[in-house]
Amino acid sequence: MKVALFVTCLVDQLYPQVGLSAVKVLRKAGVEVNFDQRQTCCGQPAFNTGYGDQAAHVARHMMEVFGDSDLPIVVPSGSCATMVKVFMPGLFPEGSAQWRLANSLAARTFEFSDFLVTHLGVRKTGARFPAVVTYHDSCHLLRELRISEQPRALIREVEGIEFREMENSTRCCGFGGTFSVKFPEISVAIGQDKVRWIRESGAEYVVGNDVSCLMHIGGLLRRQQVPVQTIHLAELLAKFDD
Amino acid sequence: MIDIRRNSRKALADSQLQKNLLLTLSKTMAARNQVVAEVDNWEALRTHAQTVKAHTVANLGKYLETLESRVIAQGGQVLWADDAREAVDYLLDIARRYSATKVVKSKSMLGEEIHLNHELERANIASIETDLGEYIVQLADETPSHIVMPALHKSREQVADLFAEKLGMERTEDVERITLTARQVLRQHFLTAQMGISGVNFAVAETGSIVVVENEGNARLSVSLPPVHVAIMGIEKVIPRTEDLCVFLKLLTRNATGQKISTYVNFVNGGRRDDERDGPRDFYLIILDNGRSQILKDEYLSQTLHCIRCGACLDTCPVYQSIGGHAYISTYQGPIGAILTPQLLSMDEAREHPFASSLCGACHDICPVKIEIPHILLKLRDQAQRESGGKASKISAERIILQIWSWFMQSASRYRQASWVARRLQPLFIRTGKRFPVGPLRAWSEKREIPQLATKSFREMFVAEEGEK
Repeated sequence: MKVALFVTCLVDQLYPQVGLSAVKVLRKAGVEVNFDQRQTCCGQPAFNTGYGDQAAHVARHMMEVFGDSDLPIVVPSGSCATMVKVFMPGLFPEGSAQWRLANSLAARTFEFSDFLVTHLGVRKTGARFPAVVTYHDSCHLLRELRISEQPRALIREVEGIEFREMENSTRCCGFGGTFSVKFPEISVAIGQDKVRWIRESGAEYVVGNDVSCLMHIGGLLRRQQVPVQTIHLAELLAKFDD
Repeated sequence: MIDIRRNSRKALADSQLQKNLLLTLSKTMAARNQVVAEVDNWEALRTHAQTVKAHTVANLGKYLETLESRVIAQGGQVLWADDAREAVDYLLDIARRYSATKVVKSKSMLGEEIHLNHELERANIASIETDLGEYIVQLADETPSHIVMPALHKSREQVADLFAEKLGMERTEDVERITLTARQVLRQHFLTAQMGISGVNFAVAETGSIVVVENEGNARLSVSLPPVHVAIMGIEKVIPRTEDLCVFLKLLTRNATGQKISTYVNFVNGGRRDDERDGPRDFYLIILDNGRSQILKDEYLSQTLHCIRCGACLDTCPVYQSIGGHAYISTYQGPIGAILTPQLLSMDEAREHPFASSLCGACHDICPVKIEIPHILLKLRDQAQRESGGKASKISAERIILQIWSWFMQSASRYRQASWVARRLQPLFIRTGKRFPVGPLRAWSEKREIPQLATKSFREMFVAEEGEK
């Protein structure tokens, strides 16, 4: 099986190890990974802020890149997967060629954990991680894509891990895209609750499927020097020897 | 424009408010979750309610006309108001006809929307709120901070202080004694008021029944003791049939207050009949548009009018939980307020409302009629940027940033070049534990560390790895 990786701009620029880990895990599962160097972003920052035209320009570029093949597109982010699967078609006039292309992209785009569990039937990657972890449900992943069991199933199968649910794991972390800088005080206040629940869980690591949420939660944790690390699910699952 | 960000800073710094919000909202949510879990077919009820609302809103004219004819057949009068001014004028006119100097009011968000208390006071008519929460808010000269629990922002201690100050009672934090005092004061008002005004939870078209849901009995007294009862409703409150009501009531009380059913559900079918001894002599129903038919023009946005005002989206919203209702400075707060306010007022006045959300979607999941609030927020954000873009300097700076960003993202080579430059600049500006001096990164970095661009991007590392093979 072959897939196209849409690594997302944040992973590409800020968290490359997440992308490398995703590739490692997919390859272990016998999947060939294609990475098209022309890819950039899905357009979500503009869309989220109400700039539909700018978002459509960026989306068009993405559609050009991924429209060349009909490979399944795997995305290590619930939020970017949501942008493609839920919102991208709406950027174009219904029935137009671009709308049809956006719909075809939407239909073959899969969030990383969902792809592993639902489509490949993978639960065990062979990863070993002797640590206490908790899991944060990111909002788009949970409420737009309804994915919550897949990541948990994968975490539980990691060897040596102790998985502890935190209180209110499904409550938003407060990131919210440009909300985090338009209303930084509210964003931080909501994040502060999350930090409290993470601490109370006693976890050493908080696992998430979106680096955007982890960037916000991690930013708070590091500023306050809380001894808890953030880790993307792909990184956790890639903790095995090659 | 309403500056939610500025107001939110105040709310976040108010430790008493923070305590009150946490206490009341967590209690309400716990009760709500428990009684909702008891209902096996909750999802089916939501779907049914959504279908009924969508059908009603699509055939609103028909059902409103049926409602009108039923109310008239029962001896009531129906008045159509286009806007707040017209509704207020009707009310003042009725008050004059009955020589009313005092009005008892049961809880009505529409009353808040048209600033009814203020207008009545201006006409030298005493307007007495009779719902305990509303009464507290009125005594404190404030506005409701929640559509179902108007005095949610106040603690028991604060209410004790307020009652001692305004009613001259001995200060006590004993809820029973506070309530008893309110009851004694309000009873006198019920007996002496010449006019009762109520809101409407549902208006059943086929029977002409006005349904008022409450817990304190104050609405029942407001609609039955004074010589005239005026009910005010928005055009969206009509439902076709009585049998739909059992679904809506189940959804409403469980979601709003965690009750299986409220203490009172009042059905008003006109005033006193010739053979009856009690009830108001006359009954009026004011049906108000006030911007609602504009919302109907957009098929997608028209679901905003499906709302039954249970307030659960406020209770579950992380933003509302953090800042409370007053920060929105609008009649309707929280997620429903964020979509309703710019549509009822204007985008210019409420252009921050659609942005004051992390788009987490908890509101959609809890909504008893499944309004797609997060997607509506996105649509309104888009409208906000199209309609009044460039008016405020901050907005145009944002537009320019996003336009430049979009230009870089449309080409892989520009994207690579930009990231190359950013990597070189990064060490000059970003320091652990320090605030970035300007722009969005400044907002980010006051309380959060800024993530660093990796030494090498994924694509560089991926290509290097591939090359090794």
